Amino acid sequence: MSKEIIKVSELDPKFKYEIMKEPGGEMITACFACGTCTASCPVTLVDAFYNPRRIIRMALYGMKEAVLKEEFVWLCSGCYLCQQRCPQGVKITDLMTAIRNIAVREGFIHPSFTAQLDFIYKLGNIYEVTEFDNKKRQKYGLPPIEQSTTAEIAQKIIEAEGLDKLLKKEGE
Amino acid sequence: MKYAIFIGCTIPVRGLNYEISARKVLSSLGIELVDIPEFTCCGFPLKSISHEASILMTARNLALAEAKGLPILTLCNACTVTMAEAKHELDHNPELKERINSKLENLFGLRYEGKVQVKHFARILYEDFGLDNLKNFIKRPLHELRVAPHYGCHFVRPKEAYGEFDDPEDPKSLDELVRVTGAEPIPHRHKHYCCGGGVLGVREQTAYSMAKKKLDGAKEAGADAIISICPFCSVMFEGNQKKIEKTFNVKYKLPVIYYSQLLGLAMGFTPDELGFSLNRVKPKALLAKLGFSK
Repeated sequence: MSKEIIKVSELDPKFKYEIMKEPGGEMITACFACGTCTASCPVTLVDAFYNPRRIIRMALYGMKEAVLKEEFVWLCSGCYLCQQRCPQGVKITDLMTAIRNIAVREGFIHPSFTAQLDFIYKLGNIYEVTEFDNKKRQKYGLPPIEQSTTAEIAQKIIEAEGLDKLLKKEGE
Repeated sequence: MKYAIFIGCTIPVRGLNYEISARKVLSSLGIELVDIPEFTCCGFPLKSISHEASILMTARNLALAEAKGLPILTLCNACTVTMAEAKHELDHNPELKERINSKLENLFGLRYEGKVQVKHFARILYEDFGLDNLKNFIKRPLHELRVAPHYGCHFVRPKEAYGEFDDPEDPKSLDELVRVTGAEPIPHRHKHYCCGGGVLGVREQTAYSMAKKKLDGAKEAGADAIISICPFCSVMFEGNQKKIEKTFNVKYKLPVIYYSQLLGLAMGFTPDELGFSLNRVKPKALLAKLGFSK
C-alpha cells in the first residue's frame, strides 16, 4: 500500500452511488468504520493486504480506480462472517461481489474468473468430466455426466447476458 | 422422501467418494434421488462476474427441479448457498423474478414459481429425517473415533438465505450428526473459520495459510480425521494437504473424510462400499481402529 497523500482531484465522489445501485451494495454508506469486519475476517488474519474496512473507506472516499484495479475485492473468501456481524447491516460479502461486478464491467476482471467463465462456456461447469472420469463413474455405479448438453445451455446464458466478450480469444 | 440430487462441478472430478457414500447411505435410509442431467453449473462462479447472469443460471436449475415437483438435495456448500440465496432474492423481489422469468421463457421455455426447496443433505438428515430416526440405522457405533467436524461457511451463512435452522456463528448440527454415529465430535481451534477455498484461484499462499490454521487446530486437538460436508473444503484440507505441508514445512497426515462416509461406516457398510480407497490422505489408522485392515 502506498502511503501517498490522497488527491481529492483524483477521486470519484459518485463511486459510492454506483456501488449502491448494485445488488448487495445498497448499504455501503451506513458504514461507520467500527472495524468489526476486519477483526472477524479469516483472510485478514493471514494476509493483511485484504482489509474490508479499508476497502469500504476507499470506496466511500471515491478511490474508484485503486479499488477496482488492485486485487482487493477478489481476496474476499465469501465466508459471510463480517456480514453476519456488521452492526450497521452493511452486507459486506455481497458488497465485495457488487464491486467485483463493477470491476468486470470496467475491464478489471480477475484472470482466475475469466478462466472459470471459459470453462462454463465450454462445459457448462468449471471442471471437465472426461471419458476416463465417466468410466470411473460407471465402475462405481454412478450415472454418466454428459457435458455437451450443459455447455449448450451455458453458452445461451453467457451470450444472452453479453458475457461472451469477456472470454479468452483464440490463441490467447 | 424424494429429491433431485444436485452434484455440482467439484464432486464428479475431485470428490467421487462423497457421491458414492452419499448415494449409498441415502438410499439405505429410504431417501430416493432423481438425477437431472440438464443441471448446469450452480451459478456460483458467475456471481462475481455478473449478478444477473448468475441468478439466471441458478433460476434455470431451480425451475427444472420445480417442473418435476422435486425439492433439491445438494452435497456442496457453494451450490447450496448459491441456490438458496438466488431463491431468497427471487422470492423477495418480484421485479427481479419477472425479469428473470421472461429470460427463462425466451431462452428455455421455463418458469420459476418459487415452490422448489433447496437443502444440503446434512441439513435434510438433521432437520427433516431427524436424529432420532437416524439412530435406528446405526449398526456399528464408532466409539473408537474422535473427529473434528468442519461445517464450511456456506452451510449456515448467510442467515438471510438459510433462516436460522442452526446458529450462524456457532452451529451444532454437524456435531450432533457426528455424535449419532458414536464418534466423538471434538472442539478444535478455528473450528468455524473458512477453509480458504474462495481465494485459492486469487492468492494460493493466502488460501494455504487459511487451510493451515484449520489443519493445525484439528491436529492439536488430536482428531482422527476432519469431517467435511463440502467437496471444496475437502480439496483444501485433503487435496492440498501435501502442498501445505511442503510450503510450511509441517507434517499432518490428517485424514479428511466426508460425513456420509462416517455415517456409512456406522450403518455397517464396508470402507470399499463407501469409496474410502479414493481418499487422498489414506485413513488407514482410523480404519484399523475400527478393525478394518488390509
